[in-house]
Amino acid sequence: MSFTPVLIFFAIGVGTVLAALIASRIIAPHHPNPVKNSTYECGEETVGRTWVRFNSRFYIVALIFLIFDVEVLFLFPWAVNLRDLGLFAWVDMAIFIVILVVGLAYVWGKHDLEWIRPRDASAGGAKPRRTEEPTGTHGSINNTDKG
Amino acid sequence: MIEGRFGPNIIITSADRVINWARSRSLWPLTFGLACCAIEMMATNASRFDLDRFGIFPRPTPRQSDCLLVSGTVTAKMGERLVRLYEQMAEPKWVISMGACANSGGPYYEHGYHVVKGVDQIIPVDVYIPGCPPRPEALIDGFLRLREKIMRETIARKQA
Repeated sequence: MSFTPVLIFFAIGVGTVLAALIASRIIAPHHPNPVKNSTYECGEETVGRTWVRFNSRFYIVALIFLIFDVEVLFLFPWAVNLRDLGLFAWVDMAIFIVILVVGLAYVWGKHDLEWIRPRDASAGGAKPRRTEEPTGTHGSINNTDKG
Repeated sequence: MIEGRFGPNIIITSADRVINWARSRSLWPLTFGLACCAIEMMATNASRFDLDRFGIFPRPTPRQSDCLLVSGTVTAKMGERLVRLYEQMAEPKWVISMGACANSGGPYYEHGYHVVKGVDQIIPVDVYIPGCPPRPEALIDGFLRLREKIMRETIARKQA
């Protein structure tokens, strides 16, 4: 079997893209400036850094969701064809559900089903951090310290 | 690369015809709908008036747009954003000012302390469309006028 047509197809594909890029490089005007090169944010100026940190517990929430999600995904086709598949499929599905129930029991035992976990509350670990306002600012803006 | 490099000659004139034809026949406007003019603009884009038959297709980002369609009342606060969006468009770029508000401030001309009295005070405008708001036919006419204007452009070096 000859691969010449594939090679020609590949060459035409690469050539078309290259031709478009080169033509646009030659024809298109090129006037960059700092505002144009800045990030497009619907006309707003970008605020803050792109490296946003978020709570790593969302990862556990996603995993717990996956347990139920995949379970239902397999359960529905199995339940529709339950009579045709017979005892073997029933035992199969029972093992599958037992594995998932073990996982569910594990996250339940770790208190991951609750967003505010009891050990955090007792230790005071989940206390939200709040940046204190500098005491001088309020007074200077509202002139409270004068009167 | 070739823009402004050569003087007017036969080759540039032919290139102008092809380039201007390509640019004017696929005008993708960045929609900047701000007021009732935006409703007319949506109607013009929809099936009854069908701007797409002119190759005019609305874009949501300045990076993919050729033409900024200012349809509505530009307030002083929005003006900053408008200028930034205009700056963020790739060349070549044109601006259509649609309706009385964008042209001159319109009904806010006298007492609208918050309205830019004509969008041409903050960005260069190519075509003005009168009306309050203009009918879709007027908007189509505005695009056709912009086409005619683009066809007169040249990539040749400006005569000093």
